Amino acid sequence: MQLTNRSIVVVNKQMTWMEKLYLPAIVMGLAITIKHLFRKKATLKYPEQTRAFAPVYRGMHVLKRDEQGRENCTACGLCAVSCPAEAITMIAAERKKGEENLYREEKYAATYEINMLRCIYCGLCEEACPKDAIYLTDRLVPSEYSRGKFIFGKDILVEPIDKRVDISKRKKAYQIKS
Amino acid sequence: MSLLIFKSILILTLFLVSLGIAAYSTYAERKVAAFLQDRIGPDRAGPYGLLQPIADGTKMFLKEEIIPMFSDKWLFILGPSLFMVTALMTSAVIPWGRSIEIGGQVYSLQVADINVGILYILGIVSLGVYGIMIGGWSSNNKFALLGAIRASSQMISYELAMGMSVITVLLISNGSLSLNSIVESQGEGKLYGFINVSGINWNVFYQPVAFIIFLTCAFAECNRTPFDLPESESELIGGYHTEYSSMKLGLYLFAEYINMFISAAVISCLFFGGYNFPGIDYLGNHLPMNIVSLISVGVLFCKIFFFIFFFMWVRWTIPRFRYDQLMRLGWYVLMPLSIINVLITGALVTYFGN
Repeated sequence: MQLTNRSIVVVNKQMTWMEKLYLPAIVMGLAITIKHLFRKKATLKYPEQTRAFAPVYRGMHVLKRDEQGRENCTACGLCAVSCPAEAITMIAAERKKGEENLYREEKYAATYEINMLRCIYCGLCEEACPKDAIYLTDRLVPSEYSRGKFIFGKDILVEPIDKRVDISKRKKAYQIKS
Repeated sequence: MSLLIFKSILILTLFLVSLGIAAYSTYAERKVAAFLQDRIGPDRAGPYGLLQPIADGTKMFLKEEIIPMFSDKWLFILGPSLFMVTALMTSAVIPWGRSIEIGGQVYSLQVADINVGILYILGIVSLGVYGIMIGGWSSNNKFALLGAIRASSQMISYELAMGMSVITVLLISNGSLSLNSIVESQGEGKLYGFINVSGINWNVFYQPVAFIIFLTCAFAECNRTPFDLPESESELIGGYHTEYSSMKLGLYLFAEYINMFISAAVISCLFFGGYNFPGIDYLGNHLPMNIVSLISVGVLFCKIFFFIFFFMWVRWTIPRFRYDQLMRLGWYVLMPLSIINVLITGALVTYFGN
């Protein structure tokens, strides 16, 4: 009984005299290989050229600041809850008087740690965040020699005031998705 | 300038050119391989990676030289030396171009115009197999020995068909064994007796079958794919040069490329008119003698480079034969075919008188 049309009938037919010569087949093969000589090369000269990341690429996290340079994060813990790998921990603290230029909300994260070895870069923290504080960027996590160094604290995650991390492309892709 | 000094300069030039072409063949091989596989190939050492052969050579020289404990030490050293010497010796009888004139004296661009030219080449090439055999045997390694046995039996089986296809060429070109007269005979006369363009009376137009047989045998003699069974790295690690390291390995690899260069030169001389090119007589009447000679040398080298490229092109097209297929092709196909070709050519030459 025939189930599909994909079955191929094997034919053990004798080769004709022309096929036994092999020369036409060899010439055809040579023609195929010579075509590749003029084809566009697939090689990327790596250190000089780099391949562009996709706009939806999810790399190392960044903790954003607002326009006045205040940290967005309010330590609500939604990112830690949503994290399927349980890679995020934080300790919340209350904003003191005189710290209004440092933190946007009255509550802020005193410590904020992501274990980069546990993180699976799913981007759920970013989706969960109500304060626009955490984003995944197209930066790569640098390699280290010990596991302990992969627990990134606020010193690495929070973007420096003078060196803002551009997440506009990521934001756009994120908006299209949702 | 005496003849001796001229010949010495010619020999030295040939020596250097052979080595240079062998060095850049390795570069060309890698580049051609890369291009045929949609890659770029070596491009880091110098512009377009042109200094790559120098880097490779330096690497070869600086590597540690290991002579296995249980090997026959003298034969182990003799193997690559012999292979290299025989590879370099063959270039002596090839006419590299038209004669040149220096100070009113005419010198031919050929080291030795001996009257057994093509036999000399066949003899020296078959001596080359001793380099492989000695190397493989003295390594005291099963893979090397297998490679050496494969090389010797392959060379013996393909040399017969090669010799037969050369005989047909000799039948139609004056019957002289000297390569110079073979090449000269291809520069005279009309193609098929009526196409009146000088320098295109090439043997390949009369003997296409002999050309294909000779080409196939040249592949086998040079241990090139599809006949690279003596050194098939996927089956025999490295074949006969498994145990070799440093510059001794380098000599083997180098000599192989020189063999390829010489094969390309011999194919050009026997079948593609050597230094002859269409319109050589017209240029010879209108330009100074030395310039025409230089052009003829350039033409010969263009043909040689094409065949070297063809060797590489085939390497990345046709997969390796199985050993019984190789032997069957040699003895059952090429051998009878070349004998029949000789008979037919002989009959035609007898009836029509060349």
